[in-house]
Amino acid sequence: MKLSFFFLTFMAGSFFISCKDDKPAENFDTSGTYLQNDQMARPAINTVFVGAPRKNEFNTTIPTSMNGAFKTDFENVLTSFGYTTNALGQTKSQFASLLVTDVLNVSLTGATTFFDGTNVLTGRALADDVIDTELLLIFGGPAGTLNPGLTKDNVNANDKVFLTSFPYLAAPF
Amino acid sequence: MKKKILTTLIGCMALVAGIIYAADHIDAPGVTGPGGTSMGNDLTDIYAFQNPSDNSKMVLVCNVQGLMSPTATASAKFANNTMYEMNIDNTGDNVEDLVIQFLVQNNKVRAYGPFTPLSTGMASTVKADAVYTETTVTPYGTAPIVGTNTNGIKIFAGPRDDPFFFDLARFKEILGGTQTGFRNPGVDAFAGTNVMSLVIELPKSMLGTGASINYWCETKTK
Repeated sequence: MKLSFFFLTFMAGSFFISCKDDKPAENFDTSGTYLQNDQMARPAINTVFVGAPRKNEFNTTIPTSMNGAFKTDFENVLTSFGYTTNALGQTKSQFASLLVTDVLNVSLTGATTFFDGTNVLTGRALADDVIDTELLLIFGGPAGTLNPGLTKDNVNANDKVFLTSFPYLAAPF
Repeated sequence: MKKKILTTLIGCMALVAGIIYAADHIDAPGVTGPGGTSMGNDLTDIYAFQNPSDNSKMVLVCNVQGLMSPTATASAKFANNTMYEMNIDNTGDNVEDLVIQFLVQNNKVRAYGPFTPLSTGMASTVKADAVYTETTVTPYGTAPIVGTNTNGIKIFAGPRDDPFFFDLARFKEILGGTQTGFRNPGVDAFAGTNVMSLVIELPKSMLGTGASINYWCETKTK
């Protein structure tokens, strides 16, 4: 009886030790308050629509405040691009409102793509040519036919093949 | 002479800055510029797509530290004073209802969540008793070390090829007025460069019950 108690205690001790050995990171430091440095969702939004003096400000603005703080800047950039309307039928104000709140809309029930010819802004897959989609919406006019030299950059795919299973992104160079 | 050199230098810096601005690469001068807090905090791109062979699962990607050469990649690290936070709004108001918080310490990575954050917005604390998934950060040149959890979550952290592609140099020339259109074929400014990636795959049911979510990433430091 005493012996088995000892044995059990010994086993429990070993188990505890081996758990600790398997998980040396048990002592993760989770203390403190973390403050925001950078934010992003849709590709190239800050790059194209926010001037250098306000980039940090955009990165440290929460999505619900972006429209109020930056919509005029976005409209001015669209004006400088000669924007009238786009293939989604959006006025300058509507398109600026969509872009300025920098979140990525993602479907939970269907295709997840920036644009696949049918679905628009339902996610972002690795192979999506997001720049061509944005160029088309910015420069292509209501039928996507205006400014043909500006609506695609003729880089249509990544320089490495993506994996078919997790983690999907290709190994580094 | 000194002034001329300075002018040239500033011109070159402006040119370089102009060329390397990208999807969001080097778009956080407060982080990466002089006196910046950490290169590890500069987001490059985020992705969200369903598992191509299991549409009950969603994959979320957050990439940082863009435009790394292979040499730079070999010594690249995630910052240990940084929280890499994936934000999920599942009610359509652009306020995060759920977060997934990645911390990297001693070459281990933990993804806490998804869980309802203690507070929303600019400041975040870790909910230390939240469910987490853990693995080892994959070293450069090593096969992916994937962490799995019984709740169906998988995570990865480590260097990857930058999946982004864009003839950025030409675009900047167009904006600068020295070119009037793209070239064909274009030149991918991101060819041959790497990023540091955080990837999570999880059941869609953990993200929300509606038809869609809004997703964005933030880097935060303490």
